[in-house]
Amino acid sequence: MHVMLLVGTRKGLFVLDSDGDRRDWKIRGPLCESWPVFHAIADVEAGTIWAASASDWHGTVVWRSQDLGETWEQSGDGLTYGEDGPPLTKVSSLTAAGDRLFAGADYPGVFESRDGGASWQLFSLLDDQPAREKWLEPDASPPGRLGVIATMPHPEDPEHLYVNVQGFGLFHSTDGGSSWGPRNDGMRADWPLEDPTWGYCVHKVVFSPADADRMYTQTHVGVYRSRDAGAHWDEITDGLPSDFGFPAVAHPHDRDGFYVIPVDPGHGRTMHDGQLAVWRTRDAGESWEKLTNGLPGPNAHLGVLREGASTDGLDDPGIYFGTSTGQVFASIDGGDSWEQLAGYLPGITSVEAVVWPD
Amino acid sequence: MPVVHLPKTLLPLFAGLERECEAGGATVAEALADLDARHSGLLDRLCEPGPRLRRHIHVFVDQEAAELDTPTPDGARIDVITAISGG
Repeated sequence: MHVMLLVGTRKGLFVLDSDGDRRDWKIRGPLCESWPVFHAIADVEAGTIWAASASDWHGTVVWRSQDLGETWEQSGDGLTYGEDGPPLTKVSSLTAAGDRLFAGADYPGVFESRDGGASWQLFSLLDDQPAREKWLEPDASPPGRLGVIATMPHPEDPEHLYVNVQGFGLFHSTDGGSSWGPRNDGMRADWPLEDPTWGYCVHKVVFSPADADRMYTQTHVGVYRSRDAGAHWDEITDGLPSDFGFPAVAHPHDRDGFYVIPVDPGHGRTMHDGQLAVWRTRDAGESWEKLTNGLPGPNAHLGVLREGASTDGLDDPGIYFGTSTGQVFASIDGGDSWEQLAGYLPGITSVEAVVWPD
Repeated sequence: MPVVHLPKTLLPLFAGLERECEAGGATVAEALADLDARHSGLLDRLCEPGPRLRRHIHVFVDQEAAELDTPTPDGARIDVITAISGG
């Protein structure tokens, strides 16, 4: 088996390769012509890697490779809101779902490709949502203008789609994307809400691979658990150093296992007390453990972004994350200890672990 | 026929694209469209919907700042420049 980390950075995509032991890693890159990469994913069945990228000079494309990252093509064909529409400044998120590929973009909108990323069509603007009027206001657009930061099919029913809109919250469709409704019940906001059903800043949402009804989320103000596929959220922040953070990783085999990396919620958005720490719960958020063995600090003033952590899903799962200062860390013992795999990459936006069979 | 000088950053995106190439057309837009016909998608890398030049792409015709509708006489030199930016 071949374990691969796709590491998106401000200066291109990097690939870290190892075997199933995950002890020795080789680094390749920068790939994708050093374009800034927001999110990179792979579909093992399709044998394809994709990287969502935006250049200040040349606009937005999705790169794709069908030879494990050796050679790349790019396409922005169809990634547009039309001649009279607003400019599409970036694709923030990618999702592979069978023979479909989704791209979440600013404005916000969701695009779909049925040909492996060679061309794209607008899939949804969520235009039945009252929140849409607000997110079309430029002044209401959150910093970074990420738009749709995730498009997530329910693991057991692809007609159930979840879309996470930066600064507005989670939305859900039961009819394959024809109609939508908010999915933020139980979340907090510490700002005024025009409507209590939307207006939440949901940084990262994950399904538990062990239980499709179990979801977790790290938001701007709190960490939450859902036992009913997002119909209701229970806050589980108590025990964490702050309610603010970006990434979230669900344990691949234990529905009660979940990891977050809280940061100072002020301007810095870096580690509390300069100590890089991953926080783990093994009881669905009833209690938390601070994991620092092998992680730097004090004086490690760095952050980890929303797509900056993932798991390889193996029987003895590896947990990986990349930092704003270009380090990649890995744990293959559930977080008890950590190794640094890379030290001097550009600022990291995304880390995705992929297991390729031999 | 005008001659277009392209930025280096475009070359890796399109197989066979050369830094300097002849392109038919009476305006900048037509010359770029001619290149796009040979290298599908090139126009989108230089223009936003509208169409208008991307914010950080500048075009000069015979060393004069130009827009998409600027005429390109036979033999004109069209320079497509990526703005000095980055870090």
